[in-house]
Amino acid sequence: MATTEEAVVAPKEEQSDAAAEVVEHIMNHVADANEFHIATIGHQHYSLHLPCILYRDGKLSVFSSGVFEGGEKQVDGYKLEEHSGRVVDALTGKRSANIVSYFSATDSSRFLDLSITKNVFTSLFGFLILAVVLFSVARTYARNKNQAPKGIQGVIEPIINYLVEDVIKLNIGPKYEQFVPFLLSVFFFILINNLIGLVPFFPGSANASGNIAFTFVIALIAFLIININGNKSYWGHIFAMPGVPKWVLIILTPVEVVGLFIKPIALMLRLFGNITGGHIAILSIVSLIFIFGKMGQSVGGATLGGGMAIPIVLFVNAMELFVAFLQAYVFTLLTSIFIGSAVEEHHSTEHH
Amino acid sequence: MHILAFDPMSLILPDLGLLFWTTIIFLLFWFLMGKFAFKPIVKAIKDREQFINESLSAADKAKHEMQQLQSDNAALLKEARDEGAKILKEAKEVKESMIADAQNRAKEEAAKIIADAKLEIDAQKKSALAEVKNEVSRISIDIAQKVLARELDSSKDQQTYINSLVEKIKAN
Repeated sequence: MATTEEAVVAPKEEQSDAAAEVVEHIMNHVADANEFHIATIGHQHYSLHLPCILYRDGKLSVFSSGVFEGGEKQVDGYKLEEHSGRVVDALTGKRSANIVSYFSATDSSRFLDLSITKNVFTSLFGFLILAVVLFSVARTYARNKNQAPKGIQGVIEPIINYLVEDVIKLNIGPKYEQFVPFLLSVFFFILINNLIGLVPFFPGSANASGNIAFTFVIALIAFLIININGNKSYWGHIFAMPGVPKWVLIILTPVEVVGLFIKPIALMLRLFGNITGGHIAILSIVSLIFIFGKMGQSVGGATLGGGMAIPIVLFVNAMELFVAFLQAYVFTLLTSIFIGSAVEEHHSTEHH
Repeated sequence: MHILAFDPMSLILPDLGLLFWTTIIFLLFWFLMGKFAFKPIVKAIKDREQFINESLSAADKAKHEMQQLQSDNAALLKEARDEGAKILKEAKEVKESMIADAQNRAKEEAAKIIADAKLEIDAQKKSALAEVKNEVSRISIDIAQKVLARELDSSKDQQTYINSLVEKIKAN
């Protein structure tokens, strides 16, 4: 990796160095971290030290990420990678196990990182905000029974009402009621994490809903709900599409089976791509200031970069605000449609 | 030379830690919000919708009843007004006939009184005339007596003649 970079950037070393540094900053920003960086004043970094929960070979290590002292110390065979803020193996510098390396790598450097990371912190923070808002709204409904909505109720009600009436009920049909809590949870949980990610300073800015693990979990739960509730005709349409010649099924059935998995994978990747892409776009444009300014050496360049970046970032940020709602909506809508196709009753008389 | 310190694959390979926590947080969120927020809110909205529909139909019904009542009232009012007009008209007729009656009777009375007065005046006139006649005849006799008293002494024939005259007057 490093060698190819070196070969490409060799002719314009200085400028590409700045660009590479920017790329690294951006990629580290959209990734997860064990410390929540708040600000750097002078050379002093201010971070929220999140709790680390690490597990290796039957040994559980629980401590605050503050014990690493910003990457200077090693604890229990772990150290903190300075740029990314991630806990890595002290010897090999390898990161904790992901879904692939947990099963492929079996060496002693393999460990599990169950820490409350930046993204976990953001999810919890979003959970807290929604709990406060939604519980207070629910309480207002209980208190002001059959009265006109007021205050925050007036914000939440149209959203819930729209989702229930025009998305969930419309796409699922008469059996929609049991899916309402799940689909509303999907919408609000994605939305709040999208929105928190757009706030450019602590406790915002984390890319929780743009993390593949986050979208994987919600897509997986959606996949389970869709297929657990699949009725006879749903499975019939997958394995033996009615009204189709037998030999066509040889081609059609594998396509349908693959389609089962493609649907949630598309859900997962769509949310991941949109939110991560938005973060990268905003950060890249902001970075124009540093690239043009040659990392603080050219004030004129920085001014030019700023003049270009500020209006574009304003525009992209506004668009990302729209995307935050849109992606939460799209995820909910598509999940509703998939559930709808799984629970739909086909009557033989009106079919083919 | 700068070495990239991030692994691009880490972007698309889910971390087990984040998978674990997101699963727990989302399931907890789903359970808590579903039970204590979404279900009660959706139910409250539905209940309120039903309440509003019922209230609207009740109001509609009340409006209809009110309209029915109003039209009933209007009919009643019209009837009462017609009755009143009729009564008024009748009263007017009665009044007019009474006035005409009274006038007629007054006229008749007046005519009767006038006729009576005329008769009385005639009678009075007659008796007055008779009295005048008597007086005149008495005076004329007196005068004649006085005139004749001087001449009667002269002749017996004359006396006889006078007597016959007096007889004639008396006969008148």
